[in-house]
Amino acid sequence: MSSQRTFQHDISVVLAGEAGQGIATVEQVFMRTLKTAGYHVSATKEYMSRVRGGTNTTEIRVASRPIAAFVDRIDLLVELNPKAVDHVKNRLSSSTIIIADENSVKDLPQLVLTVPFARIAQELGDRILSNTIALGFLAALFDIPSQELIDQVRRSFGKKEGDIIEKNCSAAQQGFDLGRQAAFKHQLSVQIERNPSVKKEMIVGGHEAAALGAVVGGCNFLASYPMSPSTGVLTFLAQHADEFGIVVEQAEDEIAAMNMGLGSWYAGGRAMVTTSGGGFSLMTEGLSLAGAIESPMVIYLAQRPGPATGLPTRTEQGDLDLALYAGHGDFPRAIFTPGTLKDIFLLTAMAFDLADLYQVPVFILTDQGLLDLYHTLSEFPAVTVKASNHIVKTTPDYKRYKFTDSGLSPRGIPGFGEGIVCVDSDEHDEGGYITEDSQTRKAMVDKRMKKHGLLLKDVLAPQFFGEKDYKKLILGWGSSFHAIREAMEQQSDLDTAFLYFRQVYPFPDMAIPLIEKAKEVVCVENNASGQFAKLLRRETGLAVHKKILKYDGSPFSVEELVRQI
Amino acid sequence: MAKTIYDFPEAEISWCPGCGNFGILTFLKDVLAEVAPDPQKLVLVSGIGQAAKLPQYVKGHYFNGLHGRALPPATAIKVSNPSLTVVVTSGDGDMYGEGGNHFIHTIRRNPDITVIVHNNMVYGLTKGQASPTSSRGFKTPVQANGVILEPFNPLAVAIALDASFVARIFMGFKDHSEEVLKKAILHKGFSLVDVFQPCVTYNKLNTYQWFREKTYFLDSSHDPKNRAQAFQKAIETDKFPLGIFYQQTEKPVFEDQLVAYRDDKTPLFERKPNLDRVQAIMHKLRQ
Repeated sequence: MSSQRTFQHDISVVLAGEAGQGIATVEQVFMRTLKTAGYHVSATKEYMSRVRGGTNTTEIRVASRPIAAFVDRIDLLVELNPKAVDHVKNRLSSSTIIIADENSVKDLPQLVLTVPFARIAQELGDRILSNTIALGFLAALFDIPSQELIDQVRRSFGKKEGDIIEKNCSAAQQGFDLGRQAAFKHQLSVQIERNPSVKKEMIVGGHEAAALGAVVGGCNFLASYPMSPSTGVLTFLAQHADEFGIVVEQAEDEIAAMNMGLGSWYAGGRAMVTTSGGGFSLMTEGLSLAGAIESPMVIYLAQRPGPATGLPTRTEQGDLDLALYAGHGDFPRAIFTPGTLKDIFLLTAMAFDLADLYQVPVFILTDQGLLDLYHTLSEFPAVTVKASNHIVKTTPDYKRYKFTDSGLSPRGIPGFGEGIVCVDSDEHDEGGYITEDSQTRKAMVDKRMKKHGLLLKDVLAPQFFGEKDYKKLILGWGSSFHAIREAMEQQSDLDTAFLYFRQVYPFPDMAIPLIEKAKEVVCVENNASGQFAKLLRRETGLAVHKKILKYDGSPFSVEELVRQI
Repeated sequence: MAKTIYDFPEAEISWCPGCGNFGILTFLKDVLAEVAPDPQKLVLVSGIGQAAKLPQYVKGHYFNGLHGRALPPATAIKVSNPSLTVVVTSGDGDMYGEGGNHFIHTIRRNPDITVIVHNNMVYGLTKGQASPTSSRGFKTPVQANGVILEPFNPLAVAIALDASFVARIFMGFKDHSEEVLKKAILHKGFSLVDVFQPCVTYNKLNTYQWFREKTYFLDSSHDPKNRAQAFQKAIETDKFPLGIFYQQTEKPVFEDQLVAYRDDKTPLFERKPNLDRVQAIMHKLRQ
């Protein structure tokens, strides 16, 4: 059977297997191998909430330019368990090439390349080696020199003991040889342009971007309770707590985590809590406390579909309303909604300074889809914010809540200066002591709410993509960024523009004229009710004409946005 | 009344006349003046309740947070700046009811903080409902037919968790209370001092008289290093022992074990982000 396929520009490879089959390992080694060869790569994954079994997939895109969006299209499907084809059947086309085990009999219209994964793995003595055979096979299709592949395998398994390295090298080599034969036989060739400068790029994931951003922002205290998909940041910072001098504590619950965070800020730390929607629900009383005692706080809220436990390992942008309205009483807050790994890094770093400067809680709202994205990246953006604190040395007459014109009272901490620092969750006077005096109460509320104006002054403008004379304007926030961008590129419709919100609250009012100018406003959101559209309406009175909503647990794909926009 | 550096005469005290809290406030200030003579280095932490108002009446730093949530910020304050002395004052509802989970896990952490629980066996601020330590049969507007739950035994729980310092005092015995409290604050590690305290408004059962009659002092025959004996004493309810039930000094302290302080004792507010290490990690991501 001869098929002759040439891939140019862009190819989508999907690895499918059971939890525990080591797809994540193949993904990482394959990405590094491709990067070293000069390809731009990105990977997104979807997985089930189980430790073993089921079917998980990773989509790896290889391209001649930077790419990061999720596509439905599958060019090459590597099937490591027999159920995988069924799992992704809606994404297969007649041109998909399927790479499957020789024993997985397929009666499919697509070209199926059979590989004796199980047999070779068994010969080498470990079933798990199927994934390394697949890696070798793929590397051959991408015309990677076998020595480069073996070097990568050695580097990746270098810390393993015994003959594990040699077995993996052998598995990779055998897969590679089979891949060469298959490519020759079916005349498959990848002719995606390579760029030598990619070799020096990083491969970065969402969790690392957030964690490194936090460090650059001066984070030195983290209290959290593990919850997908936020745990990656907790894990990363815990493992680097030593070198970064960060106090990391796994709290008994999210209530403790939030209240610890506030205690740390009070004593001079720069604290963050990491959680997902369910955990954040438990933190909301503490959030209100941050509002009352005018404490800075950084809340890293990694969304997943709710309500309740929802879909623990999948994605949604369903907690915007929660972040907006959480906590009883009136108090200001800021909500960042990064849509790229660069912005996750930048905004997480900036969150600390903003929180510290204005003594308010600041959210970083991400989601599973974006956090589990990995891609090649030349540099993180330069962070120009002050990573040191805005603490003052107190004098004997110090009052924590001194009334000022701006509404900001200089923030002192115990043990630094000669003053007394008193904070109270009850309404309080300038000194921090409980009061029920109605004039003081009103003045304190006004003082706190003045900070909303300060936050608005510093709000991040949305980024505009498109031509000046647009008719249709797409509104997006957070993780839909890449899919919207790529869908628009494919359409190359000059009448359509895109407004990307990296901060949704306080609402950046410079967006109003841009929205008013459009004849049609379309809001793209990964949730069921159009939470951003509601926010827009509430803050500006503006209504969108159309909402493109998705809430099945998966991120927007480029194709579906091309169809719907 | 002795003048101490922690006196705060301007304070408008909202406790009922005759409240046991007054006695605790008085001797706590005396003890603090002696064992924590630098007010700049002392932080009082409390939750919500009548007892939790105590920091308002002391001239010193305080963090008066949410109901039940005194221990998490107290732990974080100590950890963020270990040179501070951290003393928590809260009531039985705050500490053993709403904050029960934090009580358990803070003991497990063993930060060097002192926790003083004003245990009056009733809810004062919410006007007289049962607390976790109320006796069976105790009638209230809510527990109209009397309490049907087993009272929470804070000392037994703390000893079961191998807390590093566990004591009980009755606020009516000032000298004894001061002596125990002093030791608790000086002890390195988590110290629990459960304080019997009458509520003159809502608790007509556990009165000054009742506490005097129903308590006795642990004597020299009690070995505070003996955990099993301490537990035995903790479950006595015919007459309640007073004194130091259990103390151990070998238990590692939370903040001392954190890698963040292993090579660098600088409090968090004086730290700068290690940007060189960030660069090193980014370099590794390029490999």
